[in-house]
Amino acid sequence: MLAESPPETEPGAPESGAPAPAVARPGHGRRAAGLLIVLAALALVAVASIAVGAKAMPLADVWHGLFHYSGTTNDVVVRDLRVPRTVLGVMVGLGLGLSGAVMQALTRNPLAEPGILGVNAGAAAAVVSAISFLGASTLTEFVWWAFLGAAVVSAAVYVLGGSRSATPVRLALAGTAASAALVGYINAVQLMDSKALDKLRFWTVGSLASATMDTVRQVAPFLLAGALLALVLGRPLNAMAMGDDTARALGAHLTRTRITAMAAITLLCGAATAACGPIVFVGLMIPHLARLVTGPDMRWVLAYSAVLSPVLLLGADVIGRVVTRPAELQVGIVTALIGGPVFIYLVRRKRMAQL
Amino acid sequence: MTDIRIRKAARPRTLRGPAATSLRVEPRALLGGLLLVAATLVLAVVLIGTGDFEIAPGDVVRTLLGDGTPADDFIVNDLRLPRVLVAILVGAALGMSGAVFQSVSRNPLGSPDLLGFGYGSAVGALVVITVFKGGATEVALGAVVGGVLTGAVVYLLAYKKGIHGYRLVLVGIGASAVLVAVIQYLIAKAQLIEATRAMVWLTGSLAGRDWAQVWPLLAACAVLFPLVLGQGRALRVIEMGDDAAYALGVPVERTRMLLMLAAVLLTTAAAAAAGPISFVALAAPQLARRLTRSPGSNLLTGALMGTVLLLASDLASQRAFGADQLPVGVVTGLVGGVYLLWLLVMERRAGRV
Repeated sequence: MLAESPPETEPGAPESGAPAPAVARPGHGRRAAGLLIVLAALALVAVASIAVGAKAMPLADVWHGLFHYSGTTNDVVVRDLRVPRTVLGVMVGLGLGLSGAVMQALTRNPLAEPGILGVNAGAAAAVVSAISFLGASTLTEFVWWAFLGAAVVSAAVYVLGGSRSATPVRLALAGTAASAALVGYINAVQLMDSKALDKLRFWTVGSLASATMDTVRQVAPFLLAGALLALVLGRPLNAMAMGDDTARALGAHLTRTRITAMAAITLLCGAATAACGPIVFVGLMIPHLARLVTGPDMRWVLAYSAVLSPVLLLGADVIGRVVTRPAELQVGIVTALIGGPVFIYLVRRKRMAQL
Repeated sequence: MTDIRIRKAARPRTLRGPAATSLRVEPRALLGGLLLVAATLVLAVVLIGTGDFEIAPGDVVRTLLGDGTPADDFIVNDLRLPRVLVAILVGAALGMSGAVFQSVSRNPLGSPDLLGFGYGSAVGALVVITVFKGGATEVALGAVVGGVLTGAVVYLLAYKKGIHGYRLVLVGIGASAVLVAVIQYLIAKAQLIEATRAMVWLTGSLAGRDWAQVWPLLAACAVLFPLVLGQGRALRVIEMGDDAAYALGVPVERTRMLLMLAAVLLTTAAAAAAGPISFVALAAPQLARRLTRSPGSNLLTGALMGTVLLLASDLASQRAFGADQLPVGVVTGLVGGVYLLWLLVMERRAGRV
């Protein structure tokens, strides 16, 4: 589909095992090299994210804070503020990118973002209810409620979308409908209970600023599990891209793949949302960017999404810290302001690889 | 016309008149449409009677026909009728533009909100509120300017030897991302009092709408509805694919541009009158399609469904929470979402997909 994609990539072709070694096919070689470049970019952005912030700091101090911690102000800034923030940025970015890629393949819809399954709305609804009716108040509590809400709602969407007889359109519609209903509920509770509005305001901004190592530790297991699930989905999703009947004929288990995909999305997007509130457009745009580079093969789309997305998120976070120093611009805003135009430019310049 | 028997899931049939005139009738779509019109009328009458001062439906009808008491006359004709008319027109405009965009983008999620046009109006209005601190009329004007500009920019950016549904969707995503970021930025930067006003506008509300909102909206709808409906047949042919449509003699690009222009104008007119009321444009065409079980874009039934959805939401909001406690934009998602879920479950039970 992509203008310059090599002709010999047949998605879901009966070949054995994991992606072939980089030398086996020229296309794989180029894509593997591209992936290395993106990984290098990620490393660069991560370093920038630790080194740059409201407090200017020479690189030597950064080094000192990382490896020879002795409790100076700069050491504390590096260890307790910037490192958790960077780690969380990488993890959340990975979660959003991967879940977006799986979501678009699952619903075969370019407009699908992970939140469309009701994950974001479910998480927010649970947090609102917990604040308003159970008196929850700390961020650590919110994370668990957010998770519970995300899991319950996405399971409900799967059942309402037709479980075994689910089609991409029905899943997307059921998710959108559930989201709309839940957002109505959330807004109603917020308007009725100003205490809940006040607390939720800090959670819904979609920001990395309040990251602590506790948050990182809380969500890391879920993100890891979700990432593993997502990465094994490459081949079955390739088969499903050709339509349900062809996929079945190729030996893919449709129901099993759908359930695995839903579980992966819930884990990834639920954890990301729980940690730093809903950040919408990353999960929507990154898979399209990945497809531009890789063509439609889901194994590569997933790999690229997993790495590209933290680059965008962390990069946006760093820029947000710099442009209005010493104040900060929320990462969600910067991501969209930078990502949107780049995205439109790429859409216009190339022929898009369709789902 | 009198001898149409309406059966469940009946096939479309053709009525033939004298001198080679004919009219294609889909009984189920016709029945669905009539039901929606009836629902609109009933809801409108009940809604006019609802509020701090309750009026019985009989009195409402009597007052509307011109012989009510002076007090009823003031409440009905000066206060509540314009509000209900705004709801009817906004619902219809959103429903129809949603049907057009879902058909043009060939995507059930391709509603004007998701493609950025709703956000464009919001940015226009918010700039007026937060930067220029303008009044209600200026805000409405800002919404129109923002919506139309966004429509033009998205169209031009998506244009490359014609508009391709997929590229339109993707450009729309990018534009939405930028516009939402601008909205968040404007709200974060604004003073508290303007930020609150902006939030209220963004939810979409019918509170305090009077005849000043009705007339421009009515004028826009009077021009745009016939325009869109006139292209309905061409739109249905375009759904078969551009090549097939060209071969059948439909000027694809021109039709699509005309329809998108009309739909953008409808969305912005609705937003100018009542704010960006969410979910109606997305849900109404889907609900209409499921009600009529008719293929194609369901332009008219989509518009009627939008009206019913908005009126029902307004009624639910007023009955459950009291008059003007909860803006209608909050309730449309709740009502429309639950209804769409129910229809999806029913469909599944009936074994249709």
